[in-house]
Amino acid sequence: MAANPLPTPDSGVPPPRPAAPRLSPWEIVQLARHPQRPKAPDFIFHLVRDFTELHGDRLFRDDPALLAGIGWFEDQPVAVIGPYKGRDTKENLAHNFGMPNPEGYRKALRVMKLAEKYGYPVLSFIDTPAAFPGDEAEERGQAQAIAQNIMEMSTLHTPILVVITGEGGSGGALAMGVGDAVLMLQYAIYTVIPPEGCAAILWRDVSRAKEAAEALRLTAWDLTGLGIIDEIIPEPEGGAHQDPDAATAAVREALGRHLQAVKDVPIDRLLDLRYEKYRRMGRQMESLARG
Amino acid sequence: MSPWLRKPKYAALQRREMPGGLWAKCPRCKNLIYQKELERNLQVCPKCGYHHRLSATDRIAVTLDPGSFVEFDAGLTSVDPLGFTDYPEKLEEARRRTGRAEAAFTGMGALDGFRTIVAALDFFFMGGSMGSVVGEKVARAAERALEQRLPLIIFSASGGARMQEGALSLMQLAKTSAAVARLHAERLPYISVMCDPTTGGVTASFAFLGDVILAEPGALIGFAGRRVIEQTIGRRLPEDFQTAEFCREHGLIDMIVPRDQLRPQLSRLLRFFGAPRVALEEPA
Ligand SMILES: [Zn+2]
Repeated sequence: MAANPLPTPDSGVPPPRPAAPRLSPWEIVQLARHPQRPKAPDFIFHLVRDFTELHGDRLFRDDPALLAGIGWFEDQPVAVIGPYKGRDTKENLAHNFGMPNPEGYRKALRVMKLAEKYGYPVLSFIDTPAAFPGDEAEERGQAQAIAQNIMEMSTLHTPILVVITGEGGSGGALAMGVGDAVLMLQYAIYTVIPPEGCAAILWRDVSRAKEAAEALRLTAWDLTGLGIIDEIIPEPEGGAHQDPDAATAAVREALGRHLQAVKDVPIDRLLDLRYEKYRRMGRQMESLARG
Repeated sequence: MSPWLRKPKYAALQRREMPGGLWAKCPRCKNLIYQKELERNLQVCPKCGYHHRLSATDRIAVTLDPGSFVEFDAGLTSVDPLGFTDYPEKLEEARRRTGRAEAAFTGMGALDGFRTIVAALDFFFMGGSMGSVVGEKVARAAERALEQRLPLIIFSASGGARMQEGALSLMQLAKTSAAVARLHAERLPYISVMCDPTTGGVTASFAFLGDVILAEPGALIGFAGRRVIEQTIGRRLPEDFQTAEFCREHGLIDMIVPRDQLRPQLSRLLRFFGAPRVALEEPA
């Protein structure tokens, strides 16, 4: 079941649908976190031509954990955002392991607003473990920053395409993750809480993370079934890091196709569809009122 | 998200464990308080001012004009969409313990004669966590406010997203925030009241999106859990970290309002934002 009510462009070629994985959810978590996996900035640098990075939230500081800028996707001017996860300890320390502080979410919003001004689409590449559990993040209102992004993205008057490339961790991911189409790489994950955190809270035992990874239904196939993502982007055998060029090409193809689909939809219609898309998410039962 | 790491304190339930239920022990000052006196005082300790947690039912009862409340969607119940370990059992236990179908209580009523849509979360129902039903009820409440051009007041008390519903619970942040966006676009008032505790996914969505944000004294308000933050930064946090007072100092909320002043304060705000009054001859 696809969550996306948008028309698919009549190219005659159906989108690729990878077969269900032979890997366990826990193995997929490991692939999503693989140190050699192409990170959001890799996809941005390879897919966005003439990329110009923009800095700062104009309020507090420039957050090195969040990459934002403008450039060209094919022949279309776009704004781009993505967390900056590093490839090694040194890079990760410099970029806070790809976990933005409030100023990072606010920088992302600033650049999305810039795109809205010109009607340029927003491309969001998500790979963040979770929102950052830091005291300063709390002092500067990270909950407010995330809430603001989610709300503003739900009504941003320009198309938003989201690709979850690695870890889509909790509210931190959703703060960049509301869009007209939400695509997901085959071995990416998207979850309300990292499996370790879930195991720690529910069972007070981090070592049961593997079990939590299964229970949370965080793989692309699960999320397609739940109507949360719109399309699974296939990865090379063994994961994106085995052939980053092939992974990038697959993302390019999928983005191009979805961009084509949203481009000609009048903005008011697109916003109604976006509202309906999220409005439908959830499972519940209507029964007669009690008492 | 990781908001539940702080072990819930079922402080307000202590009274039920007392013999005969006549006396309650205040968790802060440890004094024994006569139950009737506590009730008269809106469950605020007369000795030290500690605000006991209120169930959603009690919250509506102490806030709205008597007899004015009409509940919405009382029969909306959770399913177990992921087949998550023990979730149906936990739901059943919460239903039995609270006598409610879910953690959100929504409806329409009157406050000091102003007609308003109200939602209250119940911390005693699975920590007030937001799954599909809580998200749906909050979104429907916002949509009814939109249809009837009425204000919306939400009393939050929640540990965050309900992880037993996985990413579906995360999506409730988007669903509720999008509904609130429509209220703002239509220039309808939305007042958020944060009660103890308001943490995790609820703070990262509708609770922090009010035109005006109120909090009860001493309420725990924050996104990430204290313990996980302490583990991350490698030092202890001050005692007042993530309290309502801390949030006001850091510019995150508008005001702290003691429980006995909530009704007059909300009334002032509703009047200011032009909320309609209930006609005298019609029931609210
Ligand atoms: Zn006391």
